[in-house]
Amino acid sequence: MLRYIVRRLLLLIPILLGVSILVFFWTKSLPGGPVQALLGERANARLVAQYNQQYGFNKPLPVQYWSYLKTTLGGNLGTSIVDHRAITSEIRLRFPATIELALAAMIFAVGAGLPLGFFAAKRHGGIFDQTTLIGSLLGISIPVFFLAVILKFIFAVKLGWLPSVGRIDVTVEAKHPTNFYVLDAIIERDWSTLWDVVKHLILPAIALGSIPLAVVTRITRAAVLDVQNEDYVRTARAKGLPPHTVDQRHVLRNALLPISTIIGLQTGLLLSGAVLTETVFAYPGMGSWLRDAIFNRDYPVLQGGILFLAIVFVMVNLIVDVSYAIINPRIRYS
Amino acid sequence: MKGVRVRGNLRKFILPFAAVAICVAAGTAGGAVKAGGTLVFAGAADPTYLDPALVSDGESFRVTEQIDEGLIGLKPGTTKIVPKLATKWKLTGGGRTWTFFLRHGVKFHDGTPFNAKAVCYNFNRWYNWSGAFQNAGASYYYQSIYGGFHHNEASGLSAPLYRSCSAVGKYKAVIRLTRRSGTFFPSLVISSFAMQSPTALKKYGADQGEIKNGTFTATGSYALSHPTGTGPFKFKSWTVGQKLELVKNTHYWGVKPKLDRLIIQPIGTTTGRLQALQSGAVNAYDLAAPQDVPTIDSSSGLKVIHRPAFNVAYVTINQAHKPFDDLRVRQAVAYGLDRASVVKQFYYGTGKVAQEFIPPSLFGWTNKVPKYPFNPDKAKSLLRAAGLTLPVTVNFWYPTSVSRPYMPDPKRNFEAFAASLDQSGFKVVPHSAPWRPDYVAAVNAGTAGDLNMIGWTGDYGDPDNFVGTFFKTYSPQFGFHNNAIFNILTRAANEPNFAKRVKLYQQANIMIMKFLPAVPYAHATPALAAQSKVKNLIATPVGGVWFQFTGFGGQ
Repeated sequence: MLRYIVRRLLLLIPILLGVSILVFFWTKSLPGGPVQALLGERANARLVAQYNQQYGFNKPLPVQYWSYLKTTLGGNLGTSIVDHRAITSEIRLRFPATIELALAAMIFAVGAGLPLGFFAAKRHGGIFDQTTLIGSLLGISIPVFFLAVILKFIFAVKLGWLPSVGRIDVTVEAKHPTNFYVLDAIIERDWSTLWDVVKHLILPAIALGSIPLAVVTRITRAAVLDVQNEDYVRTARAKGLPPHTVDQRHVLRNALLPISTIIGLQTGLLLSGAVLTETVFAYPGMGSWLRDAIFNRDYPVLQGGILFLAIVFVMVNLIVDVSYAIINPRIRYS
Repeated sequence: MKGVRVRGNLRKFILPFAAVAICVAAGTAGGAVKAGGTLVFAGAADPTYLDPALVSDGESFRVTEQIDEGLIGLKPGTTKIVPKLATKWKLTGGGRTWTFFLRHGVKFHDGTPFNAKAVCYNFNRWYNWSGAFQNAGASYYYQSIYGGFHHNEASGLSAPLYRSCSAVGKYKAVIRLTRRSGTFFPSLVISSFAMQSPTALKKYGADQGEIKNGTFTATGSYALSHPTGTGPFKFKSWTVGQKLELVKNTHYWGVKPKLDRLIIQPIGTTTGRLQALQSGAVNAYDLAAPQDVPTIDSSSGLKVIHRPAFNVAYVTINQAHKPFDDLRVRQAVAYGLDRASVVKQFYYGTGKVAQEFIPPSLFGWTNKVPKYPFNPDKAKSLLRAAGLTLPVTVNFWYPTSVSRPYMPDPKRNFEAFAASLDQSGFKVVPHSAPWRPDYVAAVNAGTAGDLNMIGWTGDYGDPDNFVGTFFKTYSPQFGFHNNAIFNILTRAANEPNFAKRVKLYQQANIMIMKFLPAVPYAHATPALAAQSKVKNLIATPVGGVWFQFTGFGGQ
């Protein structure tokens, strides 16, 4: 197992090199450049030439890439052209926000999707099953952005039940030692802040978790349907085991394997979905940061941010692969 | 010079009058303003830095203008220069020496005194910047106004305007320039030239910075967490992406703020800001979308605040393209653009038809410029007089994926203009490009057709920042050489006598509107939105917001 993990980690090197090349040349192929975006109407020829020279954008692309690679390998992801902030410190601030949101979305998706899928399979062909199927189809079909806007309009603007923007009420004075606000509030035993942070997570988490919810529901349903007709389940029932024991020990445990794969993949996808959700809810995470960087042609932010997310994506997949072995001891990695 | 000095001497009358007027307005508009409370105000983004000398964007200035003050400032809600940290001033030495008489008893937020030494420290700081600080991204406004530094390190930097500063006693600072300049004095209202505590600047490494991957980065902590000025609010904390918190300066020398706390929250989208206001998450916000204005106006408990117009939208006419080098054809374009109906239909009550290139609130504006009301018949006859066969083909460009403060809906503006030009003897061939960066680049390079739509928002209250930017020298965008216009604008920019400058700019505006290098069509009044209970929120024409008098009152 250890050898497998080391090999997967070593594979990260060519993957990240490939990602860095792709991201670098993709950002450079975007029409125009950061100087025009930065200066707008003030972008006269003299200023553009001066900025390009100062930022080194007038050098040949391979030279620019080599300089970028050298500084990145030195652990320096660079500095934003627009707000001049170091990308690593920005990631330190924003990544916990996105992780918190992605986890909340996944808890919502799994927490609701597993029982929905399980009971739909148990009542296969019934009204509950049909409703769940239609609901999950809608969940996959409705764009996250649209759902986020609708949820916000109804529950924040019209009903006023939940907050409309941000991660925490800005008038609240709270300490954030880890930048994971839920964790921070628990550490500080500040329960009113904890509730405020959770309230701020509810709507974005539901919007972001809608697609994984639908996927988890459908996969759980299919996996349970598959497993409950297996011989060993029949044998367990024939042995006279109570139904809930059969479901728990034999059906659910074996159905979890495909579900865990999907959960892993969806966790990665949540990071991309966060771009839209965070924008709608003005949630200060990686997504809204990258969105602004695209509009501003902020090359260093795009390159550093996407490279960082690529590492996270690969690591999440590695964790998922390793978790297979824990869930299913029959799987052996060599 | 005389005019300027008289304005300085009027300080004793202007400031108390302004304060009384504001208090009266507060007392009558919806009840008295209560002291105390926290106002949450949404902007579009975080500030870049909190050291005003290092920034050039409105989001940063909105914050630094509360913390720092300059030697002179603007009367709230106008572009009229009034005393701030300098109570009066005089110009001598053939227009090259400015003497500022400073306000007594003012202290920086760190408790250190504001005096002539502090003034000279600030000016010398900018002038002596080296290395990374000479990057245009670090010192945009210094370079725009003062040109170069003591030791220019990069090619392309011009000779510095600033020569020296000497402190004469505690409260008199004498600033010497290398040449006469009309822009030096009015540009002192820009937050970039505000006075900051020399002690704090040194203590927190304000002059530490480096170029990382070609980008300027301030490495000291001053610009991120220790801004120290003399303004009505003091810095408290900044959580990037979430909030920036200011608190009342209880030792402020002027009218003390009503609010205890002011929180600026970044919300990137106009819809996000609107919904945050509607849900009560914020008390007010800047940069309301024009199309949201009717919604806000009709919502109970909300109101719209209009920022006085300080911008101009115009249609460029590129004279490098024939037949637009013929004045009669340009006049035909001006008569053929139905500007009044565009402003009426697409500015949702937030715009006025522009008759020249500077807004009415700025000195140098004159009503004596030639006017060009929509007149298709006159346009056609001018085209025929120019020997052209109708319809005359015109390549007309407009930007996509953009809404600018002066041009909220470019596509619809274009469609209306195209229809009115078609009626006026032209045949419009439409072209479009995404604003960022293709469109702007094409306009600047002079490759965006015969006509194109663009505009400008002023940085500070000086006509040079409008007409000087457009027409002082040859530009491929307009494609003309007119030495009479170039000369008068250069003279006006270098003329330190205020009264003479006003006349020069009035003459220049008349000349420009006769020559028609472009057709100005709108001055927009960008909107802010607020809860009705928010009182005395004053939007300045140049983009800032005055929170000094803001407070909460009845609905």
